[in-house]
Amino acid sequence: MTLTRRTALAAAAATFASPAVLRAQAVRELTFYYPIAIGGPVPRIIDGYCEAFQRQTGITVKPVYSGFYGETLTKAVTAIRGGAGPHFSVLLAAELHSLRDMDILVPIEEIDASAETKAWLSGFFPAFMANSLADGKTWSVPFQRSTSIYFYNKAMFREAGLDPEAPPRTWAELVEAGRRLTRREGTNTRWGVQLATNHGTAQWTFGALCNQVDHRLMNEAGTEVYFNHPRAIEAATFWRDLAFAHQITPQGVTEWATLAPNFLQGTAAMIWSTTGNLTNIRANAGFEFGVAGLPGKQAPRTVVGGGNLYLFKHANPAEREASLRFARFLTSPELAADWCIRTGYLAVRPDAWETDALKRYTAEFPAALVAKEQLPVATGELSTYENQRVYKALNDNLQALLTGAKSPQQAMADAQAEADRVLRPFRRG
Amino acid sequence: MPRRTTIHAWLMLTPALVLLFGFTHYPAVATLWHSLFTTPRGGRPARFVGIENYAYLFEDPVFIQALWNNAIYAFATIPLSIAIALAMALWVNGRIAGRTALRMAYFTPTVLPMIAVANLWLFFYTPDYGLLDQATALLFGWGPTNWIGSRETALGAMIAVAVWKEAGFFMIFYLAALQAIPPSLYEAAAIEGASRARVFWRVTLPLLGPTTLFILVNAVINAFRLVDHIIVMTRGGPDNATALLLTYIYELGFRFWDTASASALTMILLALLAATAAFQFLVLERRTHYR
Amino acid sequence: MRATAIASAGTPQLAAPRLDVWRWIETAAAWLFGLVWIAPLLYAVWAAIHPTGYATSFALFAPLTLENFVTAWNAAPFARYFLNTFVLVTMILAAQFVLCTLAAFVFARAGFRGANVLFALVLVQLMITPDVLLVENYRSMSTLGLVDTIVAIGLPYMASAFGIFLLRQTFKQVPLELEEAARVEGCGTMAILLRVYVPLARPTYLAYGLVSVSFHWNNFLWPLVITNSVETRPLTVGLAVFATLDQGIDWAIISAATLMTSAPLLVGFLLFQRQFVQSFMRAGIK
Repeated sequence: MTLTRRTALAAAAATFASPAVLRAQAVRELTFYYPIAIGGPVPRIIDGYCEAFQRQTGITVKPVYSGFYGETLTKAVTAIRGGAGPHFSVLLAAELHSLRDMDILVPIEEIDASAETKAWLSGFFPAFMANSLADGKTWSVPFQRSTSIYFYNKAMFREAGLDPEAPPRTWAELVEAGRRLTRREGTNTRWGVQLATNHGTAQWTFGALCNQVDHRLMNEAGTEVYFNHPRAIEAATFWRDLAFAHQITPQGVTEWATLAPNFLQGTAAMIWSTTGNLTNIRANAGFEFGVAGLPGKQAPRTVVGGGNLYLFKHANPAEREASLRFARFLTSPELAADWCIRTGYLAVRPDAWETDALKRYTAEFPAALVAKEQLPVATGELSTYENQRVYKALNDNLQALLTGAKSPQQAMADAQAEADRVLRPFRRG
Repeated sequence: MPRRTTIHAWLMLTPALVLLFGFTHYPAVATLWHSLFTTPRGGRPARFVGIENYAYLFEDPVFIQALWNNAIYAFATIPLSIAIALAMALWVNGRIAGRTALRMAYFTPTVLPMIAVANLWLFFYTPDYGLLDQATALLFGWGPTNWIGSRETALGAMIAVAVWKEAGFFMIFYLAALQAIPPSLYEAAAIEGASRARVFWRVTLPLLGPTTLFILVNAVINAFRLVDHIIVMTRGGPDNATALLLTYIYELGFRFWDTASASALTMILLALLAATAAFQFLVLERRTHYR
Repeated sequence: MRATAIASAGTPQLAAPRLDVWRWIETAAAWLFGLVWIAPLLYAVWAAIHPTGYATSFALFAPLTLENFVTAWNAAPFARYFLNTFVLVTMILAAQFVLCTLAAFVFARAGFRGANVLFALVLVQLMITPDVLLVENYRSMSTLGLVDTIVAIGLPYMASAFGIFLLRQTFKQVPLELEEAARVEGCGTMAILLRVYVPLARPTYLAYGLVSVSFHWNNFLWPLVITNSVETRPLTVGLAVFATLDQGIDWAIISAATLMTSAPLLVGFLLFQRQFVQSFMRAGIK
């Protein structure tokens, strides 16, 4: 009786008082944060991978699902600063400079400098590695990567007299198709196209729009941004016109989370979304839909996005090694192919596309190839020091632009001023 | 003997005081201290800068906007929630049909987690197929409105959720107070033949004075504290139209890790709270007759 | 007729027949408010018991299902979240009762020097609530090594100024004769507190307990900041994580999750609502 009570008390004390991340001497367990809601099927897939890894190595990997990218970043950094925190985490690939500035990352080369690891690192798509390299070192491993693509409703295309096999490739075609697809029946509106404008997503959409006029928003080092450049203003003007001049997209803020439901509900004929939504939409659309690369002013252009695996400095050498082992496991051709098939995220290595499984899948569902085909015309996501603050500066002003509060010139000038203020300490020499 | 009593008294007080000072008074002072230094980053340690963080804040347009928004939020939620709470209490205290059901309906928001209801309200406010748009389309033939996505309506939408959440809670306090009013007072008024309105203004309302003060204190605190739904629904957007002081503290402190600015902002919020507290206890308290 | 109206309700029901129209309007207004106030809950029930497709269209004979609850329950470790919240709320309530009782007793009865100043310092917390002091309290927890523990979620709220204030008011109304009688019988200070004061303050404990439980069951921002893992997350944070969706919102499942997380409090309130209001009256929270 006494014993049971004492055991119970000890167990209770352990539950209450010990930090959730227990650091054992031998690596038995790794914790990592993963940016996805617990709904949806994705966590199941990740859980499955962790179990497979456990069977293979005896190391338990515990994923902690902690909201979207923004929330996960907040949690991971706050936890690490609080002295606890995960061993590694999937975070936005674009956080490279910010995370390096916080001095919490460990580069891959510092964990394992072998030629074999170097060879493995060189096997990723270069477009994705761009967000991992700085100062001659590799700071993250591409994993949950995507490009921005658009989904369109083929039935609505037919009904509007558009060719469902020839979706818009240029801005002019987009506006034309959008006009025909937008319907105002009484009080119900069906929008031609919807783009996400909420915090956390607006900057991504805008990066694609700028690339569509051949404009890059920042320098390689992440210390400067070019928001008030004439071509950025041109992109902003185009976006604003979609809502105000052509009225084929709603004014005000459109939440990322409502895009897919709107598309599935039939209140949006086209949505600019991620490849990561492919499997979801395929499973839930009650109509025939198409997938295409985003248009451009002249020809299709898009932006890459998504998350990389970052390994943290505060882990001990054994844990770092184990984390790297897991990263290699996750990005092995078979798993990368499986991941691609089950979610729609891109397999990050060319060799994964050579696996039988993925070949069979793309033969049967060619839409899955669209995202990969976009890679040559994709630019990197906006990535600077103090990334979240620069995002806020840009997103606040994009929201002001799309609610009609500011002109494109004003919005871009204000965003530039605020970003300059934030980035001033990083512009040395 | 009295000496032992004093020791006893201190022993009994100490646990509560330690926690109170540890998590209220100490952090308040520490906030002041840290608000005078820069945020330590990477290799750069914190350095004393005096009131520079405050100066920086007042140059920050987001802060100014959050201050204004919070003022609007306070001046809308406080009177609205109190007035509605009073009306509700009078209704369910009276002979109205189905008052048990009504009392339950009014009170349910109090027990629902704000986070949970924020998701439901998110659906209500969704353009086109959201419940509010379906209702306004049916009743007035309005087109879709982007309630939480446009600057004009977003703050109002957040205020509505806050009032909805608070009114039922305050109603319970009014209800308890109303039921404690001796029936003899009303009987006397009835004999004098006073009208309902007159009875309300002359008898009921003055007797509710202490309750109103208590509710007012709570409403003021909530005007600065009740932000859960904003964090979930708009995150202060669009373009900071729904940013409040506490949401901005959260953003500065835990999204940007700019603890210096967050501390300075916390101090400003504390000063505001202290000022309203002083006003309430010095001015209003004197006018309210306690027993 | 008039007399019964007064006796039954004890409110200004002095309606003459000419006011009947007004009464109608008032009833309608009361019901309109009632409808608006209950609408989110009704909608949640509607969406949760129908397939996803019916979440936005209201067909009377839509098929019923419990599938959404199953999906939501399986999609996230809700059992763990429930346990965490339960532990949290129980722990806070127990600590509040003990700490506030002791402190309130001293403030109500012991007249040592400086007691008033101390009491004023306690009341500061009524205004400056721990929610506002997120940044510093996080720093403290991190120094204490308590980040990401359930204790850390509760600690700042355990010594509650509101609780001390309420109990002090109640204790002050206890007749001194009762205390003296107990002392004559040989009771010590603690025995007097436990046998005389605490039983008399039962309604206050009930009312305060209910407010405390519903507050901490629903608290969000501080738990969001201080917790990182499934083992410590309370329901509210778990629900927020659950609802931030990468792939779009499924209203039916969110509604089911919402109902699940609110159900205990809701059922508790439905069962005890009469006692709830009465305890408020007796506690003198007014």
